Amino acid sequence: MKSLKAQLHSLADPEEELALLEERHPGGQKNNFQSHLEGIGLFPLQPTTLEIFQINLGKMCNQVCKHCHVDAGPDRKEIMTRETMKSCLDVIQNEPFLNCVDLTGGAPEMNPDFRWFVESIRSIRPDIKIIVRCNLTIILANPKFHDLPEFFKRNTIEVVSSLPYFTAMKTDAQRGDGVFEKSIRALRLLNEVGYGIEGSELVLNLVYNPSGAFLPGSQSELEAEFKKKLKERFDIVFNSLFTITNIPISRFLEYLLRSDNFENYMEKLLSVFNPSAAAGVMCRNTISIGWDGYIYDCDFNQMLDMKVNTPNSIHLSEWDSSALSNRSIQINNHCFGCTAGAGSSCGGATA
Amino acid sequence: MKTYYNPEDLKKFGTIGDLQKSMADKFFAYYAEVFKEGALTAREKSLIALGVAHALQCPYCIDAYTTDTLEKGCDEEQMMEAVHVAAAIRGGAALVHSTQMMNKIKEISM
Repeated sequence: MKSLKAQLHSLADPEEELALLEERHPGGQKNNFQSHLEGIGLFPLQPTTLEIFQINLGKMCNQVCKHCHVDAGPDRKEIMTRETMKSCLDVIQNEPFLNCVDLTGGAPEMNPDFRWFVESIRSIRPDIKIIVRCNLTIILANPKFHDLPEFFKRNTIEVVSSLPYFTAMKTDAQRGDGVFEKSIRALRLLNEVGYGIEGSELVLNLVYNPSGAFLPGSQSELEAEFKKKLKERFDIVFNSLFTITNIPISRFLEYLLRSDNFENYMEKLLSVFNPSAAAGVMCRNTISIGWDGYIYDCDFNQMLDMKVNTPNSIHLSEWDSSALSNRSIQINNHCFGCTAGAGSSCGGATA
Repeated sequence: MKTYYNPEDLKKFGTIGDLQKSMADKFFAYYAEVFKEGALTAREKSLIALGVAHALQCPYCIDAYTTDTLEKGCDEEQMMEAVHVAAAIRGGAALVHSTQMMNKIKEISM
């Protein structure tokens, strides 16, 4: 399967995506995300304290998941340079309230400077939480990645990995043939070095996102079910399960349209709009950095090319803390994904 | 084309209170209470509802509880087993009545 970009698909163009999200939104403009925020006194949406620095190390990935909001895959060549990483390190060193660096992609491990970058972050901020969003199969993809569990352990990385279900059928349907079996093998390797084991400081969290046009159920109930089934069937343990709602952009948007589910899905998101989830959206305490150093409110805005609303600080090279902390967060109708039901963020449910 | 069933009508379920509010309110409050986590988990209740929906052959309920069971993390195999439970009970209910037939055969046959 090729990326939307390689297929020259119209939805590889963020302008096209945004036009569609606005034009086909159920109830039109008067029912849009801005009007929902206005209704609860949250517009313009403003940041709280910057705590999470999420960095997209590139769009290259060994998998081509059907729902991927990054449109990542082996045919994507965009990759962060060491120079841009150095600019990231400056921010990490100088922002006092940052307590988490969240590395994502693509498969972040495929960036040739990934290990240098992780070790540099660890050396300048020994105390900071570093998350790597690892797709699991990368560990087995090539002998040069086989020691990743040891590398993660050495740098006290928190590993966050997607596993949409505890069976092969559902996992492979979303993430590709054979992904489930490889994911299980990779999880065993992580368990073997101490990840996810009770009493160990090595944290292994899993991400569940629905494999279709429906919302995730209760995070705590799904976590209990995953723990039971993974232990019983595969003797695998992990710490927490994060439920994440699929955001209607990129490949998931293409799926919604192709399967004629778009309107129903948006109506569902709208019908369960939750004001307390809106107050707790992750873009309020997060900054997202693109592979090329541009600054965004979140990874989804990044993929829609909606740069931060700070005209003189849209790139790492012109990072201006105070401008960023006083900005208004960019929104559009895809944001309903983060405010539905129990809320959704890169760290799971929020409300 | 006019049909008796329209998927859009499921979204209007809440409006049954327009004609009789107090009974509808009581019904929906009861409904919400039934599906809460209790001695059975919300997930188990949803699978029961999916089976009952098939036994009753209610298309609205089938749509609603197919979505609900998926949301609650059930997989297709579990969902189909719930439908087989409904089918077994329906089939069994027909077949067990054959004992009455056999009784009657005995009663009126030489």
